[in-house]
Amino acid sequence: MSATEAGAAAAPTPKYTKKDFESDQDVRWCPGCGDYAILAAVQKTMPDLGIPKEDIVFISGIGCSSRFPYYMNTYGFHTIHGRAPAIATGLRVARPDLKVFVVTGDGDGLSIGGNHMLHILRRNVNLTILLFNNRIYGLTKGQYSPTSELGKVTKSTPLGSADRPINPLAFALGCGATFVGRTIDRDVRHMEEILKRAANHKGTAFLEILQNCNVYNDKVWNVVYEKESKLAHELRLQHGKPLLFGPPDDRRAVVMDGVTPKVMPAKDVPESALWVHDEANVNTAKMLADLWTPDFPVPTGVFSAVDAPVYEDILLDQERRAISERGPGEIAKLLTSGDTWKISAEAS
Amino acid sequence: MSETAAPAAGVGKIRKGLERAVIRFAGDSGDGMQLTGEQFTTESAWAGNDIATLPNFPAEIRAPAGTLFGVSSFQLQFGSQRVYTPGDRLDCLVAMNPAALKVHLRDLKTGGLLIVNTSAFDKRNLDKAGYPSNPLDDATLAERYRLHKVDMTGLTLEAIKDLALDTKEKDRTKNFFALGVVSWIYTRPLEPTLEWIGKRFAKNPAYAEANTRVLKAGHAFGETAEIFAEHYTVEPAEMPPGLYRAMTGNRALAWGLLAAAERSKVPVVYGAYPITPASSVLEELAIHKRFRIRTIQAEDEIAAVTAAIGAAFGGAIGVTGSSGPGIALKGEGIGLAVTAELPLVIFNIQRAGPSTGMPTKTEQADLMQALYGRNSESPVVVIAPATPGDCFYIAYEAVRIAAKYMVPVIVLSDGFLANGSEPWLIPDPATLPPIEINYRTEREGFFPYLRDPATLARPWVRPGTPGLEHRIGGLEKQDVTGNISYDAENHDHMVRTRAEKVRRVAQEIPPTSINGPATGDLLVVGWGGTYGSITAAVEQAQAEGKSVASIHLRHLNPLPPDLGHILREYRKVLVPEINLGQLVRVLRAEYLVDAVGFNRVRGLPLASDEIREAIDQLLGGRA
Repeated sequence: MSATEAGAAAAPTPKYTKKDFESDQDVRWCPGCGDYAILAAVQKTMPDLGIPKEDIVFISGIGCSSRFPYYMNTYGFHTIHGRAPAIATGLRVARPDLKVFVVTGDGDGLSIGGNHMLHILRRNVNLTILLFNNRIYGLTKGQYSPTSELGKVTKSTPLGSADRPINPLAFALGCGATFVGRTIDRDVRHMEEILKRAANHKGTAFLEILQNCNVYNDKVWNVVYEKESKLAHELRLQHGKPLLFGPPDDRRAVVMDGVTPKVMPAKDVPESALWVHDEANVNTAKMLADLWTPDFPVPTGVFSAVDAPVYEDILLDQERRAISERGPGEIAKLLTSGDTWKISAEAS
Repeated sequence: MSETAAPAAGVGKIRKGLERAVIRFAGDSGDGMQLTGEQFTTESAWAGNDIATLPNFPAEIRAPAGTLFGVSSFQLQFGSQRVYTPGDRLDCLVAMNPAALKVHLRDLKTGGLLIVNTSAFDKRNLDKAGYPSNPLDDATLAERYRLHKVDMTGLTLEAIKDLALDTKEKDRTKNFFALGVVSWIYTRPLEPTLEWIGKRFAKNPAYAEANTRVLKAGHAFGETAEIFAEHYTVEPAEMPPGLYRAMTGNRALAWGLLAAAERSKVPVVYGAYPITPASSVLEELAIHKRFRIRTIQAEDEIAAVTAAIGAAFGGAIGVTGSSGPGIALKGEGIGLAVTAELPLVIFNIQRAGPSTGMPTKTEQADLMQALYGRNSESPVVVIAPATPGDCFYIAYEAVRIAAKYMVPVIVLSDGFLANGSEPWLIPDPATLPPIEINYRTEREGFFPYLRDPATLARPWVRPGTPGLEHRIGGLEKQDVTGNISYDAENHDHMVRTRAEKVRRVAQEIPPTSINGPATGDLLVVGWGGTYGSITAAVEQAQAEGKSVASIHLRHLNPLPPDLGHILREYRKVLVPEINLGQLVRVLRAEYLVDAVGFNRVRGLPLASDEIREAIDQLLGGRA
């Protein structure tokens, strides 16, 4: 363990380019899939992290998104459905010197792996979760997912789905996530900016990426895809900036009416009444997570980023303290500690 | 009993030497029977006896007082000869209430010593136990057994009446009165229990004083009361010389991992979800952070195994532990470790099932689950400890094999081994075989699935190693390169390679040790926690001149290479198991031998008497 930790500290990180993070594997997503743009953005972001690529690990579960690690020229582990957060937790506990990413989707991360997602977020394991949300099961060919809208007609729900969708960001915040963000596969620059923020967060960073499945659920995010609609409905969250959105001739503001958010023409809101975004405020982040069209804009960016104790830091600190106070364990001493008795050769 | 009679009393009592004795303490789950039994065990260890114990308790933490299902008991056999089992029939039963009497009386030998706490035999408790009238008033009880009616509650309260404790607190010490009485009857030293009291209640002098006085009062009562006509000694057993300690199976498993962590210089990550009877492994490991054991109490069984797999991917020793229901949940994860070819150790502390079954009761019906309980061809190594102390070596061995062959290893312990204890000859850790961990760092010629020709193990690469970045996963891989492959011939090749890799672990198995003649009429084959019962039964049969031998398998997959040959050296083969015939089925399939099973599935260890009967029956009287 210590050898690598020391090694990583000693060697200067090489200057990488995007190409250094491209693996030799053929990318096998459907042509036109939003995953291509995400892959390119991640590969492009990697050199900016300043981390030697051998110290980076991508862990995934099962689903279209989970093929991701094969295409990254880093260490990678394509595991089983829903379990990537648990595997990543074990990896972080064993190897806190590594930078770990979890790549998952709405089915993998919020349905079969919902329990693990809950617990990794509350533990605040130091890693970055990228959840590709396309509101559909792609790899199994088009069944509805836990984020699909109520009444969704799919192969498995010919008369419409009967279950209400989960809101990934509200879920994450409810679990105690210390970093919650949202970006869009079609908005490369924004994606790179938020990816970098997420990757640099200490603790579990949860980033929802609105991703288009052009085969089974095309244009599901059209409200923030199509140029005019995006301009009208996307609310770019920026720390310290008021919640304003819409085209220049129709700027709107999200403000608080008592304890309820509402949308007003910006010109009717005095500056003192504007809602200024504060990433450190988890309570307002929870309100923002619930905003969606048609009554509200679609917020993107960093909803919240706060400091909290990191699970594996606490565990390893306990280990370090135990060793520094009482020295490393010695099995020979332990075996003969406590109640023992001797049977001498004469007695037998 | 008067004060003046005390000095002279006891002197005239008859003291008899015994070779062995079987005692059971039984009472309400709140009566402290486990502690009483454990202390009596320690006293007997001090006296130099060989010992085997059987704690038996309900799953309910505080079962309703006085009920039949709330009865908790602790049985032990101690002797001056080798003791293999906690014993079948009881020489002495201590019953703290009517329910305990009702549940356990059937196991007491005719003429056995029966000590009851009369104060608990009131109308309410008799009703709860379903006694229409007080059985202590029934003359047949005293005719059949050596019945001693002792007002333990009354005598306990009397002994500490001046202490500033409330009645409930005082009443709670009556188990030590019982311990004192039985310690006198069997001439056990009180020192270890007095020492224990001193340590346990160091911060509570009133409790320390109360327990000390009550223990001594019980001892004095045995000595002075007129009711016990005789008492017994059991001479020290002939045991190999050395330093001993009492060892339970679960602690031994945990300590085996500590030894493996120290020896391999690799941290152990233990992922577990609380489950009876495996939780104490997690708890024991959590104490020993100085050994670089990192414990994760996971959100569920699946997270527990996958966290261990993640740790193994990172170059640590990944271990998970559970019982059968939890192992069922871990199945897919174990399959991932099979195909990712990562080292993983899985402890299964078997319990009675199916489903939740009887969580605190023992069973060995998860052998087929270990061998085959996953989708597709998913071979793993399976090993099983024979005794509580053997769990130490088995855990260590599991780590050694897993790391050497890059393979999952399932350890099949059981509830009986987990909680039972035995006097354990403390090993010199330096004599344990080395655990060699060779992480690959060499870039030249690296492929993720390039195999070691002897073990077929693929290289273990720690992330963080420059130049060896690679991806693995649950999809089928091309051999050598590790690239995803759907090629038909490659899949067939990989299925066979994974199987062959597990088969090669046979290289690690020492020659099978045979207890008895190398050829003969009958071979008894066992595995796991039935070692004691089988050995006791076989040695009895041998003492009567029967042509019987036994072997006990610690390696269940792969099986020992010499097993096929050994099986053919006997006319008949008997396989006693606490299941409906799992190993026997494997042996029949593997070696085409006409092995027959002896099977009882009661949540209890097999009785050596009944194995004895099965041996006689199979031999058909020809001895």
